Amino acid sequence: MEQDEAVIKIEVTGLRKSYVERRLKRRFLSQCKHQEDCKVLDGLTFSIEAGTFACFIGPSGCGKSTMFRIISGFERPTSGQVLIDGKEVMGPDSRHVCVFQEDGLFPWLTARQNISMGLRKAGSDQSMDSVEEYLDLVGLSGFGDHYPHELSGGMRRRAEVARALITSPDILFMDEPFGALDFVTRLQMREEMVNVHQMFDMTILFITHDIDEALQLGDRIIMLSDRPSKVAWDIVLDEPHPRDLSSGTLRELRRQIYYKMGLHVAL
Amino acid sequence: MAMKKAGFVMVFLLVLFFWQVVTAVFHVPEYMFPRPGDVALALWQMAKSGRLFESSVASLFRVTWGFYLAAATAIPLGLFLGRKRLFRHMLNPLIQFLRPISPLAWIPIALMWFGIGDRPAIFLIFLASFFPLVVSTISSVLNIRTTYLRVAENFGLKGISLYTRVILPAALPEIITAIRITLGTAWLVIVAAEMIAVKSGLGYLIIDARNSLRMDMVVAGMIVIGVIGLVLDFLVRLLERLPSIEWSRMRR
Repeated sequence: MEQDEAVIKIEVTGLRKSYVERRLKRRFLSQCKHQEDCKVLDGLTFSIEAGTFACFIGPSGCGKSTMFRIISGFERPTSGQVLIDGKEVMGPDSRHVCVFQEDGLFPWLTARQNISMGLRKAGSDQSMDSVEEYLDLVGLSGFGDHYPHELSGGMRRRAEVARALITSPDILFMDEPFGALDFVTRLQMREEMVNVHQMFDMTILFITHDIDEALQLGDRIIMLSDRPSKVAWDIVLDEPHPRDLSSGTLRELRRQIYYKMGLHVAL
Repeated sequence: MAMKKAGFVMVFLLVLFFWQVVTAVFHVPEYMFPRPGDVALALWQMAKSGRLFESSVASLFRVTWGFYLAAATAIPLGLFLGRKRLFRHMLNPLIQFLRPISPLAWIPIALMWFGIGDRPAIFLIFLASFFPLVVSTISSVLNIRTTYLRVAENFGLKGISLYTRVILPAALPEIITAIRITLGTAWLVIVAAEMIAVKSGLGYLIIDARNSLRMDMVVAGMIVIGVIGLVLDFLVRLLERLPSIEWSRMRR
């Protein structure tokens, strides 16, 4: 990382979100102790410096995705504030691109058309050449004319990452992007993400349920507690890439994370 | 594939055989049900005189117009209502109320408004197609995965381009299925409409043949209706195989 001047990119202060809808109320009734509303986020506060690769971990259902939707502008918080570049987030922005948990490629467009969609909407004057460039970058050259259903799960994810990257986003949001992939493909994608992050100067926010993934990728690991969630632990990681998870520091860190998540006998 | 075709030919020949045997053995009179040979002859004669072609064209002309008018209004309306909750809640009761009324019940009104000719028939086809298309288009829009809409929002798609680039293509596979079913209904309705509202077309051909007790021509007309229905269905099914539509079947 060359960028060492600590510019704050994202500042989250006292973020709260609770649902009052009746349907949700019934579903969460037992967990919400008959409160009027169901608290998902309970005062998240953290800030992320520009160029950071920040990983979010936490028990499933703790509100990581909800927090993402709020920071990326798709939902409004109940209270609290999200500032990006010092300005409050009012809605989705094409400079803050999301890669969602589920397949987000448009299945009616080919890989090439999907990627060029990102290009057109960014309002940049790059030509179709750069679409080929990005196809190449994610190892999909030769597959540009394939429709998503003709690609493997890993290829679809790559195409989606390419579609996000071609907009040259400021911030890349990734919500468990590799969760549905097989083990080996997931390891490959991790490696590629490290490369992507080093190649492009951007902030990446990355949700994962895989602690090893977080340890391998993150400059920063933010651990959320169970719902209603708060920041349980905020870790800064300086280890250079490629990282060896069996090395002393990382192994010890992993043990502590497992412990904090309530897995006392694991490892 | 070859097996399927062979099976189909076999069933077809069996039906013909039983038809011939039953009508011959039980001495079914010509005016009750004609024999295959008579029907074939009637088909040949009507084909030669050009009446079959004329009637088919007349019926197809009405169905085409009525159906296109319905599709051109119902699909955009359905896309819009699928997105706009308020308007949907406003218009849905009216649509649901009008939908179960058979288009045939509109025949008296259609005749009063448009007189005799193509126009009342086109109007009836329009009615028969419009409501099912609106309802299915709305539901197909409601079934679009939220992820696609979020991605569209993320990339800043708004207004018309949101509809043409995301909502319509995402809903299209279901719309095509609706088109297939609705076109079948329209084809059902045209025959009934022509029996009453006009003096041409396959429906009129059948009612006219009945009036002169030509059951061979009645059955010949029925066969042509069935064949054209098959062809229409086949044509729409070709659309389903386009790569930009095929995905919805592939995902399952």
